[in-house]
Amino acid sequence: MNALYALFVVILLLLVAWIGIGTVNLHILFGIVLPYLAFAIFVLGFFYRIIKWAGSPVPFRIPATCGQQKSLPWIKNSKLDNPHNAFWTIIRMALEILTFRSLFRSTRAELRDDQRIAYGDTKWLWAGALAFHWTFLIIILRHYRFFAEPVPGFVLFLQNIDGLFQVGLPVVYITDAVIVLAATYLFIRRVFIPQVRYISLFADYFPLFLIGGIAVTGILMRYFTKVDVSAVKELTLGWINFNPVAPEGIGIMFYLHLFLVSVLFAYFPFSKLMHMGGIFLSPARNLANNNRARRHVNPWNYDVKTHTYEEYEDEFRDVMKEAGMPLEKE
Amino acid sequence: MSDEKLKSDQVADIDYNPPVKGWMDTKPAFRKGIFNYPAVVASEKYLDLPFSRKWDPREDDWKLPENWKEIVLETLKDLLKKYRSFKVFMDICVRCGACADKCHFYLGSGDPKNMPVLRAELLRSVYRNDFTTAGKLFGKLAGARELTEDVIKEWFLYFYQCTECRRCSVFCPYGIDTAEITMMGREILNRLGLGIDWIVTPAANCFRTGNHLGIQPHGFKDSVDFAVDDLVDAIGIRVEAPINKKGAEVLFVVPSADYFGDPHYFGFLGYLALFHEIGLDYTFSTFASEGGNFGLFHSAEMIKRLNAKIYAEARRLGVKWIIGGECGHMWRVLHQYMDTMNGPADFLEEPVSPITGTKFENARSTKMVHVAEFTADLIKHNKVKLDRSRNDHWIVTYHDSCNTARGMGILDEPRYILEKTCNYFYDMPENTIREQTFCCGSGSGIGTDENLEMRLRGGFPRGSAVKYVREKHGVNLLTCMCAIDKATLPAVMDFWVPGVEVAGVHEMVGNALVMKGEKRSGDLRGQPFKGEEVKEHV
Repeated sequence: MNALYALFVVILLLLVAWIGIGTVNLHILFGIVLPYLAFAIFVLGFFYRIIKWAGSPVPFRIPATCGQQKSLPWIKNSKLDNPHNAFWTIIRMALEILTFRSLFRSTRAELRDDQRIAYGDTKWLWAGALAFHWTFLIIILRHYRFFAEPVPGFVLFLQNIDGLFQVGLPVVYITDAVIVLAATYLFIRRVFIPQVRYISLFADYFPLFLIGGIAVTGILMRYFTKVDVSAVKELTLGWINFNPVAPEGIGIMFYLHLFLVSVLFAYFPFSKLMHMGGIFLSPARNLANNNRARRHVNPWNYDVKTHTYEEYEDEFRDVMKEAGMPLEKE
Repeated sequence: MSDEKLKSDQVADIDYNPPVKGWMDTKPAFRKGIFNYPAVVASEKYLDLPFSRKWDPREDDWKLPENWKEIVLETLKDLLKKYRSFKVFMDICVRCGACADKCHFYLGSGDPKNMPVLRAELLRSVYRNDFTTAGKLFGKLAGARELTEDVIKEWFLYFYQCTECRRCSVFCPYGIDTAEITMMGREILNRLGLGIDWIVTPAANCFRTGNHLGIQPHGFKDSVDFAVDDLVDAIGIRVEAPINKKGAEVLFVVPSADYFGDPHYFGFLGYLALFHEIGLDYTFSTFASEGGNFGLFHSAEMIKRLNAKIYAEARRLGVKWIIGGECGHMWRVLHQYMDTMNGPADFLEEPVSPITGTKFENARSTKMVHVAEFTADLIKHNKVKLDRSRNDHWIVTYHDSCNTARGMGILDEPRYILEKTCNYFYDMPENTIREQTFCCGSGSGIGTDENLEMRLRGGFPRGSAVKYVREKHGVNLLTCMCAIDKATLPAVMDFWVPGVEVAGVHEMVGNALVMKGEKRSGDLRGQPFKGEEVKEHV
């Protein structure tokens, strides 16, 4: 049901843009006002959320350790999975963020007939997630060519790598195919793995459909319906020079694409997509496991009611005396 | 399954397929065997806890305070302000499901609300409803739901069906730590007077007498004297075991089960024998007679209240540094909370082993060393003589306690000790040990008799792994370094893998230790060494 709602909302969004551009001619709204607005919401919202998170302190140093601690010099410390200093913590975080090591570690538990559980490797989610995120990143970086004149070298480099196979005209980007496949995989596993379907919310399907919609409209306009690329660049350069014009005749597919991107940007700070920022702030991962070597300070540490030895001895003095135990006060 | 007893061949019936009905529409069901009894009023009163009253989870009316909703929301707000972990973990889960089959309770019960992601969603749904824009605007569509009494009941059931073992966190791409979420859930429940007795009463005992079992100072002395006598029988030597001795070099703090529980006790004998043999100048404290800290399963404030005595006693007795015995959650507190809460321990000295001269640099601030670190160092420097063959009647495997594995990382020290003290040591499969270790199923204060079915279900993955090494190598002893493991794994073993006993690592040390002037023919349990039993029969 949640999946259907999400699909329905994305279709509705496409219809809104279709009508807005195709029949009502709201080029200024869809080409200038909404993109600006969405971008502003994204930037402000994103930083607001980060600042709000950062506003809560980390009272205790609670890293989840995934390897041998640093203790005696002759015992090999697992620096990466149980980092004891900032340097290795940064490496641990970097590898987590860039290669999704925790997902790579994943296993699949299986109940066997002989009353035992077996654990198999499962790399599907890891591979799908990695493909999805990396292609997304490369595609975003490729889009930088619309925002710089001349197009910077790294963008041209990415384009060349991405179009390595030199298939078709315009050249087919590998990432375009991969992101659609990866998003499809992520959707299919969400629907077909019973446990994952059970936990999935509207908020899990919606971004998938939204990003899927963005990818598909992008592919359609690049390879099939075609749009006036120079007019697109006129628009995008206009945005960044704060002198926007909305040229006619770009083609409706572009506006569908742009509108979905605007929705994604505006939706981002309010959604689970904030895991992009949150992953950096997870105290179970971004702290070194050196509690006993370096004291961690809790800013709100307050005095609590304790039971003192004096009170204890007062209560038990007689029996302690009888048992011949040393006392503070006879 | 209603009130029927769980049978070990029922496992095949565990159904991992979730029901058709959505989880928000499924109400919690309290049947015998899967929940814990509420705290008794006297214990709550002793600790000045709010809203103490008699109530029963099986009844409809939980007699919640009139303004319970307000209290819940205020507490949530307070915790979100105090803990970045909580705030971030409420927001960033993408429900990828990688954690789902990592939880021992889910694997043993198939109840979807035991999937870590869903356990957290129980709380997140309320958070979204009252603290996020999306939740306020779109309600259920944004995964939000209204806070009702049924939600509270659900929290009570499922936050006490989590052992805070952190296994799921290892597999989460963001390290979302369900232990942290469960701890917050329990903080909220406790502010409504919804504590369980197996946590609150040990905490009250600990506050008063210094240990969970409520053993008074003379009782502690009796226990230790008894152990000394037992050791005379076992090794032919009368060791010294000083209590409340001022000016000793080291304060030795153990979980109270070590001197009162079985099989903990044999490990306790092991410590006494070892410390005698190396001539360690140490003392016990009757007030710091508990390293364990059930406050960890209650609230941050309770951790601090119960933990304060350790540094206080170290100061009063004038020791230089502290050694801590074998215990899981105790070490999570000592390693990750004590120094922050009750430090700095600047009145102590940086720990140096008086026998080997080794500086324990990893403990230079907290000044507390794990006994396995201490012993491993002794063995490495050949300061003790060990005869591994004395453990030949045991075919040993090792269970990493969740807290020391994932909240500290003491993995190789115990294995080193076992390899030096046992000829037959075999690890369980890699997905079930070290950082991927499975909980015993009874940790975090839920190891009660009334909760036995859930404990056995939670112990299924561990039982399954032990069964594997039992069939492959003939393992008959599961060693561990955790008091709760030692107390509860025997039942889990009897149920899933009959014939496997449980022991502490220092019991193996005590057995293998060759002592000056010793007279022994059997192990610390009074069983003959292998080879010796033949002579007896002749």
